[in-house]
Amino acid sequence: MRSIKPDKASKKRAEAAASKPAAFGEDIDLDRYAHSGDELPYHDDPSKLSAETKKQMVQVGVMLDDDSQRSGTIIQIDHSTVHRRANQEGIEVMSTSEALEKYDWLADYSWKAVAVDTDKYTASVELGQSNGYFIRALPGSKTIHPVQACLYLGKRNLAQKVHNIIIAEEGSELHIITGCAAASGEEPGMHIGVSEFYIKRGAKITFTMIHSWSPDIAVRPRTGIIVEEDGVFLSNYVIMKPVRSLQMYPAARCVGENAVVRFNSILVALPGSNMDVGSRVLLDARGARTEIISRAITTGGNIYARGYIEGNAPDVKGHLECRGLMLRGEGVIHAIPELKGTLAGVELSHEAAVGKIAEEEVEYLMMRGLTRDEATATIVRGFLRVDIEGLPPELNLEIQRAVEASEKEVM
Amino acid sequence: MDSDNVLEIKHLSVAVGDKEILHDINLNIKTGETHVLFGPNGSGKTTLIMTIMGSPKYQVTKGSIIFGGKDIVRLPMDERARLGIGMSLQRPPVVRGVKTRDMVAACAKGRLSPEAIDSLAEKANLTELMDREVNYGFSGGEIKRSELLQLLAQDPDLALLDEPESGVDLVNIALIGELMNELLQKVHPIRDRRHAGLIITHTGHILEYVNARSGYVLLNGRIVCEGDPHEILETIKRKGYEECKRCVA
Repeated sequence: MRSIKPDKASKKRAEAAASKPAAFGEDIDLDRYAHSGDELPYHDDPSKLSAETKKQMVQVGVMLDDDSQRSGTIIQIDHSTVHRRANQEGIEVMSTSEALEKYDWLADYSWKAVAVDTDKYTASVELGQSNGYFIRALPGSKTIHPVQACLYLGKRNLAQKVHNIIIAEEGSELHIITGCAAASGEEPGMHIGVSEFYIKRGAKITFTMIHSWSPDIAVRPRTGIIVEEDGVFLSNYVIMKPVRSLQMYPAARCVGENAVVRFNSILVALPGSNMDVGSRVLLDARGARTEIISRAITTGGNIYARGYIEGNAPDVKGHLECRGLMLRGEGVIHAIPELKGTLAGVELSHEAAVGKIAEEEVEYLMMRGLTRDEATATIVRGFLRVDIEGLPPELNLEIQRAVEASEKEVM
Repeated sequence: MDSDNVLEIKHLSVAVGDKEILHDINLNIKTGETHVLFGPNGSGKTTLIMTIMGSPKYQVTKGSIIFGGKDIVRLPMDERARLGIGMSLQRPPVVRGVKTRDMVAACAKGRLSPEAIDSLAEKANLTELMDREVNYGFSGGEIKRSELLQLLAQDPDLALLDEPESGVDLVNIALIGELMNELLQKVHPIRDRRHAGLIITHTGHILEYVNARSGYVLLNGRIVCEGDPHEILETIKRKGYEECKRCVA
């Protein structure tokens, strides 16, 4: 197994932050976990992975038996890249360690969108064994199908650490579906994922991430996105399975004029789940726009749904929408939308609502002949449907599939 | 009971909370017939049809509602809908995330192909709204047409229509009349119709487009008058509901 070689300066900063708690979320004791894993064999044909593993991966949108609908695939289990393949010219897919060896210039992209000393989790990725994926669209290249990436936690009690770098070169278009999953069961474990996105002038990335963890996993993604002039970043995040502790607050910076960022999140907290999930966008260039939409449902778990938009340039626009549905149980949804404007000419707005299903809507559907259960399911399904502008139908389908697969547990 | 009656209401009293709203209502509708309910605001018109539909807000304190020969007073709303009662609301709620197309399909319960639904939507001039969320940002006329489209898909034996023309401009009202005539199978002679209707109207405009057999005036929760709907409407237009009050007194 290869390890990403840290450069001296970032190593020093990481060391200084090695015990720095995160700004939000439960402070996870990293010493509880093993930090290295065995090297796992590489598979030329990923369909040969065990049926159980493949089943978990399918749930998060990663299909290995037939990858004809994918422009590339990369699978990491624990710390090993067990398969990677690009199916399309102009699209590069490889492990981050391999990419750093291949491209000297890549060091310029490492820890530029996410600060290495953000907290002890980012520091641990720099200091310990890690891997991750590198996906890049060359200038003008557009993925025909999504590239799929899977980060799979198989070993009991492992802290899986990844550092992903994704680059859409000028005028390119990249659709990525990332599935993060753990082996089924109740094993403890941790996932720390650093992801750095670079969207160059006129490029577009659609990033769909589906999480399917298990009840004793702690998850700390750390994501930074830099969007240049006329660039577009669309993120869709879905989590509907139990997770002990999840905290993430990806931050996108629109540094070029007319850059666009949209975050959609679908969060379902079953009993025992604790989620602190938000999206942050800094509109730093004229004409930049953003929309942050989150839908949170609790059936007994706890959710902090955060959102932050900052307007720092003329003619920027941002809207934040945060809706929470208390389905049953004693869970908590705490919506924290924040807006900050630092000059005249910014246009920022938000709406937030937390409540139960409106009885009036249930009765309306019952009036049309649906039973109470059918009416409730229809409304919940509708609540979770976020029609995503610019998302290819197959990715939308993937999200709907993830939602429907978990529906029974939610109802 | 008269076997031709699709709906038979006997000595019905209805309360909301502790307050009795409807008192001793009697009303029969035969298969194929359309009846009209007049009455000033607050007279209990909506309460009556919501009670027939089975809205849990309204408690039947006395009497019976017999639909298709069966007393339905204790049945929940969805069972009544499945038996063949449908209702269009005056102000239906917005259902976020549920597309109008999916709502119409749910009403049809698999009876209509997607193409058949599209052609109904075209008839209701709603093609462009089919992928929008139900009632979200709809105009007054669009809401009414969407309600009727859902009922056309549901195909109920008894349609309860709460002020289908309120808030609708003159261009739309003709289309709404057409949709109601289709829903109530007016194209057929009465003996061939399966569908019956009970329409609440405040202004009576809809009677210019849809023919009705009987009219009732509801005042303070009682039916005080029954007769030819056009004559009743004329009287109300000329003398207002005051005349109805005097007539009862």
